Amino acid sequence: MGSRASTLLRDEEIEEIKKETGFSHSQITRLYSRFTSLDKGENGTLSREDFQRIPELAINPLGDRIINAFFPEGEDQVNFRGFMRTLAHFRPIEDNEKSKNAAVSEPLNSRTNKLMFAFRLYDLDRDDKISRDELLQVLRMMVGVNISDDQLGSIADRTIQEADTNGDNSISFNEFIKVLEKVDVEQKMSIRFLH
Amino acid sequence: MGDTQKEKAHLPVFTMDYARIQVPFEFTLWVLLASFAKIGFHIYHKITIWIPESCLLISVGLVVGAIMHAVKEEPPAVLNSDVFFLFMLPLIVLDNGYFMPTRPFFENIGTVLWYAVVGTLWNSIGIGMSLFAICQFEVFGVQDINLQENLLFASIISTVDPVAALNVFEDIGVNEQTYIVIFGEGLFNDAVTVVLYNMFTYLAALPVVEPTDVFVGTARFFLVALGGVLFGLLFGFVAAFTTRFTHNVRQIEPLFVFMYSYLAYLVAECFAISSVMALLTCAITMKYYVEENVSQRSCTTIRHVVKMLATISETLIFFFLGVVTITTEHEWNWAYILFTLLFAFLWRGIGILVLTQIINPFRTISLNFKDQFGLAYGGLRGAICFALVFTLPDNINRKNLFVTASVAVIIFTVFIQGISIRPIVEYMNIRKTNKDVNNINVEVHTRMMEHVLSGIEDLCGQWSHYYWKDKFKKFNDHVLRRILIRDNRAESSIVALYKKLELQVAIGLLDGPMGDLSAAPSIVSLHDERKEATRPKKKFLAADVRKMQDILSKNMYKIRQKTMNYTNKYNLPDDSRTREILIRRHASIRHSLRAESFRELVGFLFQRALSVRYFHHPITYVEHLSNLTPRSSSRSHVPMRRLNTIKETGNTATSSQPHSPPPGVDALDRGPGSLEGSSPQGRKVLVPAPKRRLLDQVDSGEEDPADSEPVQPPHLPPPGGWAPENQDPRANETLLRDPSQWSRASGRP
Repeated sequence: MGSRASTLLRDEEIEEIKKETGFSHSQITRLYSRFTSLDKGENGTLSREDFQRIPELAINPLGDRIINAFFPEGEDQVNFRGFMRTLAHFRPIEDNEKSKNAAVSEPLNSRTNKLMFAFRLYDLDRDDKISRDELLQVLRMMVGVNISDDQLGSIADRTIQEADTNGDNSISFNEFIKVLEKVDVEQKMSIRFLH
Repeated sequence: MGDTQKEKAHLPVFTMDYARIQVPFEFTLWVLLASFAKIGFHIYHKITIWIPESCLLISVGLVVGAIMHAVKEEPPAVLNSDVFFLFMLPLIVLDNGYFMPTRPFFENIGTVLWYAVVGTLWNSIGIGMSLFAICQFEVFGVQDINLQENLLFASIISTVDPVAALNVFEDIGVNEQTYIVIFGEGLFNDAVTVVLYNMFTYLAALPVVEPTDVFVGTARFFLVALGGVLFGLLFGFVAAFTTRFTHNVRQIEPLFVFMYSYLAYLVAECFAISSVMALLTCAITMKYYVEENVSQRSCTTIRHVVKMLATISETLIFFFLGVVTITTEHEWNWAYILFTLLFAFLWRGIGILVLTQIINPFRTISLNFKDQFGLAYGGLRGAICFALVFTLPDNINRKNLFVTASVAVIIFTVFIQGISIRPIVEYMNIRKTNKDVNNINVEVHTRMMEHVLSGIEDLCGQWSHYYWKDKFKKFNDHVLRRILIRDNRAESSIVALYKKLELQVAIGLLDGPMGDLSAAPSIVSLHDERKEATRPKKKFLAADVRKMQDILSKNMYKIRQKTMNYTNKYNLPDDSRTREILIRRHASIRHSLRAESFRELVGFLFQRALSVRYFHHPITYVEHLSNLTPRSSSRSHVPMRRLNTIKETGNTATSSQPHSPPPGVDALDRGPGSLEGSSPQGRKVLVPAPKRRLLDQVDSGEEDPADSEPVQPPHLPPPGGWAPENQDPRANETLLRDPSQWSRASGRP
């Protein structure tokens, strides 16, 4: 891991990332080695191609959206900080965190932020609403070829109908939260990172 | 006798010499009969969902056996020790090894070996000891079975053959960890059992067993196993090396695979080393390199033949089991048999429990109780068990009792456990989910989250033992691949599949009308009509909602299971789902590209050619550049011109770096992401000038790509890693260093 001097991970950086994301030291190091192995260009940042090189993502129905989530608005490269920031959403919520200092802004892996991540996967144009078309797009990606457009359209309509409380024919973030209130999002959107 | 003398003088018109052909004829008939049975099962496919194939085969065998018994026929005495060990077992093992999903396997190899080796030992010794204890009771009448024989029998009985359980697990979608553990266990305990079998047979022949014998036995066990692995590796590498030179004799390429594996098996048998391990290792090693060296047709042939032979072998064994059940002399001893069943079940359950407790701390994902139950209950006994017991040497007294007991256990587990495992596993899962009739949202969103989660897991490379894998990969790339692969380019199999799909889609485009191949809504429609609010509110009945839920649950893609495609024992790997996803990605890109800028005829023509061109470059460039070798993909001697672009600045920035893909490629293979991630400011598409040549190239590209020609058609490699294309460094440079063309082109609509 140490051959590229400019991209070595310094201790201060590790501390900062630790504070921002909540990962442990060894987790950060481990994810850093993963980051560098993905970074074929060896320039300390990942581009979309680097992600697309992961075979399993290519055949994940939502692969492109996931990759997109790593890149902040309008950018094409993501550095390690950004990488970790996105991954931090998937850290499991630990009990002892709930009692932490309330002055600290909400941790990246809180339930709301996890839901926000999921919401953003639908809402491409960032207008804080999932329109029928956006929903349809994601549905189409997740579903096989056997469903006709009409059927899918009905499903999308029904989905919006269930969630929409203010009648604007789209799902806002609050409606999204409401609809998933019974779902164990903390578990569904968390992975156990290896130490 | 005058007549016969007269007859002898004439040439006989019609004669029949059955005796001459008898053996091969009867063999063929048996195979054919078993195959008809298989056809019969699949006519009504619902049957195979509820009743495992092994059940059906045994049933047919039972029927045939009953018929034979009624007419007082004897089944052909073909199933003897040599036939089984030299012909039938290798075929089954070859199939296991060749289609093994290497990645999940190696990621879980510790656990798999733990269950396979220690688990089988535990079971054998446990069952053997318990049965021996039972034998001490005079009331059961089995006192004459000594310890060695009990252990021998126990080792035979502990072999699991979880094929039926695997099919169920696959359908239900049991988590990957449980799946790979039970699969790997099934694979490896064949090896362990055969070793134990030989050891105990030998011991059973000894009148007295010394402790030193046991010690020697254990030492021998490890020697045998490791020796097998080494032999397998050796033969595997030699086979891979041989295929490096077979490009001129494509027709016999499949032969090498079979011959080398069989050689590995036989040589190991000769030295009394674990031939099963040798064959497994040989197949695993060989597959990776061979599939890169041989042509597409050979690859397909190999897979088909391996599957076919294995199916024949297994079918015959099960079939035979059914027949033999009826026709042989059985010795039925209630006590022994019932206790065997009980102990088999008990020891497996306890074994799984104890073993899991010990190994869970070492695993990143623990196996919970449900998984353990699945493991324990899925331990069906099968073909190998029967064959081993049937071929016991005759000096084992009470052999008939053993045969009967084995048959009883097999039939019990296959029928009762095999049929009941599906409802039980489903029930265990269904209890958890909360099917709320009114909520489609939950279903859609949770599936979406599952996909995201599995994507992130893959992204983090979570499940690999990363350090060793990385080391091995480096060694592989620098040393092994150079030696063993004819045309060395590191390429992932997904890339190869991608290319194959591209070719198919491209050819489809050229052949068929330029109609809509995909149903994916393009980015255009997203921005076209946002006024959906005018749509009147539909009324949805509860029945509609239920129907929707049904549709969704049947059609939504399940999250990736790396093992899924590989382990259905009776079928070839199925990658249709992957294909669907990849095709649609391409189609949606193409769809949007088309909708945007091509109104003129010129544009139309460009696109036809484009669809071939474009499919080449993104992947091959990306993959090439990932190897840091400045070699380009196909011979595009044509300067590519871009029509419009997404991110001009970003592209030129990346293009200045030596290892990033050229911007033209950038736009396209960022296609999916950028399509959805950014508003369409227009897109640059690569436009090759001489489209005519490209059309020719596509057609010729279908043929065997190994021969290089001066024109150099785009040799899209066959799937599963083929002999890669020839490279043309010139084209790469042309693309990389032509910024002037972009600025020229950027003005175009």
